[in-house]
Amino acid sequence: MMQIPLGHILVLSSLLFSIGVLGVLLRRNAIVIFMSIELMLNAVNLSFVGFAQSMNSLNGVMFIFFIIVVAAAEAVVGLSIILSLYRSRRTLNIDEFNLLRW
Amino acid sequence: MILFYLFALLSVFGALGVLFLRNPIHGAMSLVGSFFSLAAVYVMIQAEFVAVIQVLVYAGAIMVLFLFVLMLLSLRDEGPSFIRWSVGKVLAVVISFGIWAQLALVLGQYDQEALVPQIVFSGEEIDSIKLIGQLLFTEYLLPFEAISLLLLVAVIGAVVIAKRRHPEPSS
Repeated sequence: MMQIPLGHILVLSSLLFSIGVLGVLLRRNAIVIFMSIELMLNAVNLSFVGFAQSMNSLNGVMFIFFIIVVAAAEAVVGLSIILSLYRSRRTLNIDEFNLLRW
Repeated sequence: MILFYLFALLSVFGALGVLFLRNPIHGAMSLVGSFFSLAAVYVMIQAEFVAVIQVLVYAGAIMVLFLFVLMLLSLRDEGPSFIRWSVGKVLAVVISFGIWAQLALVLGQYDQEALVPQIVFSGEEIDSIKLIGQLLFTEYLLPFEAISLLLLVAVIGAVVIAKRRHPEPSS
């Protein structure tokens, strides 16, 4: 059914996930950090698809459906938070948002 | 078969573009490219429904939202020092490379025979979208309704958060 080994799909997924982790940790722009989070969600989706195809089951595809909806909701709320942050501070550099630091 | 590795390489390059491109708009376009090639990867592993959803929702809707906000804010380039290197950042590189090495070493030797096949649908000619729809409205009905409620709450929350509460003194 599937010619591509599951291991290769999982390696691609882990590579994308760690690039996303690196983006969150290295960059300072809030929107770029947000895009890296989307990248990590995509990597998880890819491993879900890989396992679903490998196990010949549709449950993984259903989970991707829900993950994508949650990611869309998260993007909407997060971007509106970023908008209001930018409106009050005039910057997106997360090093300058230290209101909650004690 | 060879196309899978080509598109996998393309998606990794797109992801690296998000990480290393200085202008956030260029990064967003690179992420769109990465999502498109990921959709091609989904087609290669015979998950066409997920590929369509990926193009429609991720590359179509979510990334347009990102680009919209980026252009609304009209950001400048962050300058040459968009990554300020420090001990913590170097540690971050080491940690994320460690995460990848662990995942790749363990998962890379996964073979399909190690998994117990769990047959939900049998036969090749069955339309998978039809099956997904049936599954969505029978077994996953409660999560489906819950997620619609979540979307409603997210829409209301976005409007409330982004609403301007008081007129700004500057403008």
